[in-house]
Amino acid sequence: MLGLFAGFLGRLTLDQLPHNPVTAGAAASMVLIVIAGIIAMTYFKKWRWLWDEWLTTTNHKRIGVMYIIVALVMLLRGLADALMMRAQQATAASPSHGLMSPEMFQQVFSAHGTIMIFFVGMGLMFGIINLVLPQGLGARDVAFPFLNATSFWLFTAGMLLINMSLVIGEFSAAGWLAYPPLSELKYSPGVGVDYWIWSLQIAGIGSLLSGINFMTTILKMRAPGMSMMKIPMFAWNVFGSMVLVAFAFPILTVTLTLLYLDRAFGMHFFTAGGGGNAMMYVNLIWAWGHPEVYILVLPAFGVFSEIVPTFSRKRLFGYTSMVYATWGIVFLSFIVWLHHFFTMGAGADVNAFFGIMTMAIAIPTGVKIFNWLFTMYQGQIRFTSPMVWFLGFVFLFTIGGVTGVLMAVPAIDYQVHNSLFLVAHFHNMIISGVVFGFFAGLTYWFPKIFGFRLNERIGKYAAYCWIGGFALAFFPLYILGLMGATRRLDHYDASLGWQPLFIVAGIGAMIIALGVGLQILQLIVSIFQRNNNRDLTGDPWNARTLEWATSSPPPEYNFATIPLVTERDAFWVAKQKGTKTIPSHDYHPIQVAKNTSSGIFIGVASFIAAFGFVWHIWWLVLLALAGALATIFYQTLREDEAGERTIPAAEIAATEAAFRKQKEAA
Amino acid sequence: MSDIATNNAAVLAEQQTNDGKTLFGFWAYIMTDCLLFASLFATYAVLHGNTAGGESGRDLFSLPYILVETFALLTSSFTCGLAMLAANRHAKRQTALWLGITFALGLVFLVMELTEFGRLAREGNGWQRSGFLSSYFTLVGTHGLHITIGLVWMAALASRVWLKGFTRATLRRLSMFSLFWHFLDIVWIFIFTIVYMLGAA
Repeated sequence: MLGLFAGFLGRLTLDQLPHNPVTAGAAASMVLIVIAGIIAMTYFKKWRWLWDEWLTTTNHKRIGVMYIIVALVMLLRGLADALMMRAQQATAASPSHGLMSPEMFQQVFSAHGTIMIFFVGMGLMFGIINLVLPQGLGARDVAFPFLNATSFWLFTAGMLLINMSLVIGEFSAAGWLAYPPLSELKYSPGVGVDYWIWSLQIAGIGSLLSGINFMTTILKMRAPGMSMMKIPMFAWNVFGSMVLVAFAFPILTVTLTLLYLDRAFGMHFFTAGGGGNAMMYVNLIWAWGHPEVYILVLPAFGVFSEIVPTFSRKRLFGYTSMVYATWGIVFLSFIVWLHHFFTMGAGADVNAFFGIMTMAIAIPTGVKIFNWLFTMYQGQIRFTSPMVWFLGFVFLFTIGGVTGVLMAVPAIDYQVHNSLFLVAHFHNMIISGVVFGFFAGLTYWFPKIFGFRLNERIGKYAAYCWIGGFALAFFPLYILGLMGATRRLDHYDASLGWQPLFIVAGIGAMIIALGVGLQILQLIVSIFQRNNNRDLTGDPWNARTLEWATSSPPPEYNFATIPLVTERDAFWVAKQKGTKTIPSHDYHPIQVAKNTSSGIFIGVASFIAAFGFVWHIWWLVLLALAGALATIFYQTLREDEAGERTIPAAEIAATEAAFRKQKEAA
Repeated sequence: MSDIATNNAAVLAEQQTNDGKTLFGFWAYIMTDCLLFASLFATYAVLHGNTAGGESGRDLFSLPYILVETFALLTSSFTCGLAMLAANRHAKRQTALWLGITFALGLVFLVMELTEFGRLAREGNGWQRSGFLSSYFTLVGTHGLHITIGLVWMAALASRVWLKGFTRATLRRLSMFSLFWHFLDIVWIFIFTIVYMLGAA
């Protein structure tokens, strides 16, 4: 009887609850936060509101806000992991073995990388794209609003699964990319790697669907007259990034599936024996992984391409060259993956090809940097907090680029492969490129979405902390890497003399944490002072692109009448010519997608299915997948029969009249 | 002074009838699926010689059997095309008939494939035997999984045509389904050539 029950729940037993005090504490506090949230929601009777206005929404702006909330919460978790690693390495000079056991340290660095890339980077990216892209194109929503909601819930299901591993079972200790044979069942027999596989798998499928959605939006939903060479530069960069998503994410889906087949069904794709080939995994994962870096950074480039012209009061320098540079990066990003493992020994010719292609990527990236600088040249520059992020980016990102070109030389890479030099390099690209870009974008578009500006002074202090803290945290790692310190060290011998530099890096990480604290403070202060920072005009920065033509926050339908575009920077041109941007007559009813609970149901079903896959509870997997399929059928039937929701013309007229009055008064 | 805004009727009509963007989106999806199969083909190409001392494709595959399977699938693609032609004429009975034949042929293909898989497994050549067989089962099985999903989809669409007749949305879904089915046919031609013909040669 007990045996049957054990089979019923697969590998899941009571022993899987956390034993270790640190994990148990983290798990308990997570559970407590969830319970507190539930109590608060019930006390304030907000469940109905949460469900109707947010959880079932198909509106791109709401979905964008939810993405950003999830990503920022995950940023705190990733930051906590980072601080733990810095504390460990600052204290772990033998004979001391630091604060954490080696097993725990391995789980922490694996979780840090996975969370930061998949749930912070991707979350902020899709959040900002959702907030801005349709409005910049003069569109009322994305091409497939329901699919968009589904993508978000798949992303959230993946995020929940990775946090679930803290409470039930364990997380992967095989690094953020889980190289076999270490990640094979033989060497990682627990459920950690399975949690890693499935949280990435469902989040990755969500990203793939988003990629298709935004690609279609850009190609099919542009305002009349907005030819491709007139779309905002942000949209061009998003387009490049989404094409990369569509090309790269299927490879990730396959790779993760094959690893799971090895682990759960005894196949031999990457195993050490039985005809498996572990290097094939490394090739496949980087054939996705290298484009992934550009998937994240291109939209950040797009953000800077909007911010710099706005705050320089000049049109973007070299629009056409910027487009070509974007596509140069898109193309080259697919033929450089081997530089992640020059030491595989593919031979001099192969390494030389990939080395040269890697160096070549610096050219289109350099074109972009110079275009931004030329945009600033002779401009009327306003030194706002988005510009502080931009200047920090130019300074730090260029240093990171130079170290990247250095490592593109295979002979040098043999020396610094898997060292802290590499760790410093990619943080230099991801933090100062991706993270600074998205923070700049959040500051820039915050008033558009919420109707009031963030506090500028605290925002600048936060940016200074990030920039200075970054330099202090990562420049020592370059030096340590050259001194021979490898990545993922849980302790080292004191006689090596590395400890002072690790302590400096730890101080740098604390300064970054201070920056994050200031950002939280900035948000709280700004909410309290919101009446002083209201944006009544819809255009707080005197900006150039169409998203600023609407009120802040924009109505659900974005544009009462679709704008007619004749030139780039359509909104700026309209302001210069004195064209009215809010129509005063001729309103028509607008059809918008209905709210639906199908998206969240598919997310829940995927979460349950993934949980079943992790623990080998096969009946649960089948049940959940059948549920997801039934939901999809239900949704298509419903769309056919119930159609869309119509906003009456009178309501639109009232909304627009109110905005016009408010704008004239301001 | 003219308004920046316009009610460009043609553009709005285009954006609100979902046909154009939905079909484009579906093509984009097919492309991503194509890449999924490309990755599996690449895996098979790397592992096809790694038999770990076991049998290779030459010993395992029976070409006449696979040829029958192939013809079942290719014919189903043809009948799927006939179903689409009937649907465009809004001929309900004929559409249902051709979809029914397509479904039956698809089912024959799937049953034959599963029989083949069962035979291999019983003879001790299951997916656990070698890297070659892992990649074989995964590549061919992924195609079979797509066929299974296609059959479920086809059944749902046929019942909707039967109950509700031809709406614009149903016709759009039918054309998406036929794209999907032809795509699976093309993938199978590659599997037939690369896995079976080159493997048995």
